[in-house]
Amino acid sequence: MSGWFGGYGGQFVAETLVAPLEELEAAYQKAQASEEFLGELDDLLNRFIGRPTPLTRLRRLGVETNGCTLWLKREDLTHTGAHKINNAIGQALLARRIGKQRIIAETGAGQHGVAVAAACAHLQLDATIYMGRVDAERQAPNVQRMELLGAEVRLVDNGTATLKDAINEAIRDWIAHPDSTHYLLGSVVGPHPFPTIVRGFQSVIGREARQQFQDAVGGLPDAVVACVGGGSNSVGMFSAFLDDPVRLVGIQAAGEGLGPGGRHAAPLLYGEPGVLQGTRTYLLQDDDGQILLTHSVAPGLDYPGVGPEHSHFKDTGRVEYRTASDDQALSTFALLSRAEGIIPALESAHAVAGALELAEELPSGSNILVNLSGRGDKDLVSALAALRERDGADR
Amino acid sequence: MRRLEHAFADSQRETALVAYLTAGYPNLDETVNLVDAACAAGADIIELGAPFSDPLGDGPVIQATTQQALRAGVTVAATLDLVAKVRATGNDVPIMLMGYCNPFLRYGLPKLFADAASAGADGFIVPDLPATESSDWLVEAERHNLGQVFFAAPGSSPERLRRTAQKSRGFLYCLADNGVTGVRDRLADGLDAYLARVRAAATTPVAVGFGISRPEHVAALRGKVDGVIVGSALLKRIGAATTWQQRIAETTALIGELKEACR
Repeated sequence: MSGWFGGYGGQFVAETLVAPLEELEAAYQKAQASEEFLGELDDLLNRFIGRPTPLTRLRRLGVETNGCTLWLKREDLTHTGAHKINNAIGQALLARRIGKQRIIAETGAGQHGVAVAAACAHLQLDATIYMGRVDAERQAPNVQRMELLGAEVRLVDNGTATLKDAINEAIRDWIAHPDSTHYLLGSVVGPHPFPTIVRGFQSVIGREARQQFQDAVGGLPDAVVACVGGGSNSVGMFSAFLDDPVRLVGIQAAGEGLGPGGRHAAPLLYGEPGVLQGTRTYLLQDDDGQILLTHSVAPGLDYPGVGPEHSHFKDTGRVEYRTASDDQALSTFALLSRAEGIIPALESAHAVAGALELAEELPSGSNILVNLSGRGDKDLVSALAALRERDGADR
Repeated sequence: MRRLEHAFADSQRETALVAYLTAGYPNLDETVNLVDAACAAGADIIELGAPFSDPLGDGPVIQATTQQALRAGVTVAATLDLVAKVRATGNDVPIMLMGYCNPFLRYGLPKLFADAASAGADGFIVPDLPATESSDWLVEAERHNLGQVFFAAPGSSPERLRRTAQKSRGFLYCLADNGVTGVRDRLADGLDAYLARVRAAATTPVAVGFGISRPEHVAALRGKVDGVIVGSALLKRIGAATTWQQRIAETTALIGELKEACR
């Protein structure tokens, strides 16, 4: 495993973390070749997480726009309600094999934290979850779920008190306890081997979806769309289509929708390469290399960096990166709920919003596969409040 | 490299004392005075921290000082200016620039090393740059004859120690303990055995840091390492003082006590 995706990736970490990262890489490689590990993982994916998740054909959205068909890969229907559990259960199983009883993790939207808490409860590991105070407030139900599942939730007040700051604290914890603790990173970010390991555990999304699409329609979709924060649901989905003649589209958070000058979380569109949290990748940074504040209505997208493989895909042009704003995401949150009976996570609503824009550009009859990475229960309070504020009290 | 080599020349008789200060804490002018006070009290090397928004290797004390410096607008360029100002006072103690990768990369490595050399800095200590990712940095360090310090950790394998020490220019920074920077009550268990392993792997001078805060820590390390590094303990004393005169006095007092224990 090289750890580099073109000129992106690497292992820019404190020397203290080099040994545990090497241990993790070796364990992962061994596990990938172990029928026992893969069998146990498969069993957990089927019987604990509820895989395979279905592929749902939308009845109105897209069809009514331009005669395009949207297909949703329903990661919202996994146990704990988002794709995060695919990686959480895989890494938890790996940690148990290495012999690490204590698991730490960061969470933004709370979905990764809940997934880790559930995986740890199921496998009887101890979980400590770092979460920015701002995120904890806007995703309160997830904090309660984590605690109910037996995890310790540590709130982080540093910086913007969001995902980046939670990752900083988790890394500091790992530096202090490298021997006893596994850091269960929740996205394809961070130092090698995390981007590769997390992609590996999330690639089940793309494998299933590609097969399901072939079974349902025959052939391949015209485009595949996913939202990109750290980028794990999208990399998991895209990984099955990289060699296919299929348009791959990643949607980043445009936040206020004012372009590079406004508040947003779109490093692939408005950022420049740098090194943060162990990896070289596109970052939102100022002229002095300080990391900038980000904003998205979706906490899972509210991050100044992105997985290094996405940076590579951007430079090679294999994936096209676009944006959806807070406003578009909120509208789509309401629209998908009402028109199709599916309440999406605000993160996933960005993907659907991006797919609906794409549907207007594609020829009639095109098929668009969208990864619906998570469900929106966690967002009800904040999304409804934002919609009320935007549209007035009549809604 | 000349100044650095000189600082460790006599280290078997007297441990070299490295004092960490954050550039621009409590403000840029005062940092110049604090550097001078630390040197006058016996500091052999100054480690000057350029602030970063996400200092992953630092505990609360240093985080707070770099946040304050950032709020005051301290940049890499301002940190280099600070070095030039210290040199203008006639101070010839080696100054190592500590900082995280990203601000340095953003400044541009060729320009960074050129400007650091002309400002009178002696090299770089970059906690998120392991030797294995450092080839671009080492090219520049050699070109300008500057130090480039890498780290040893308690969990580093013998092979890793040997290769890291080989690449380290100036000295090898030996992390006394797992964890981030910060004051600790006592030295880590098993430190002596670990230092012996580092010693066996390294031909460069070895300086040990993280948790070194008291004269007894320094005394316990005498003869086992070439240098000791004190950071959070010094900044804590400076932070607790309320006037600039007190900050100078605290610096003089702590560095004096620690230097005494080096002898």
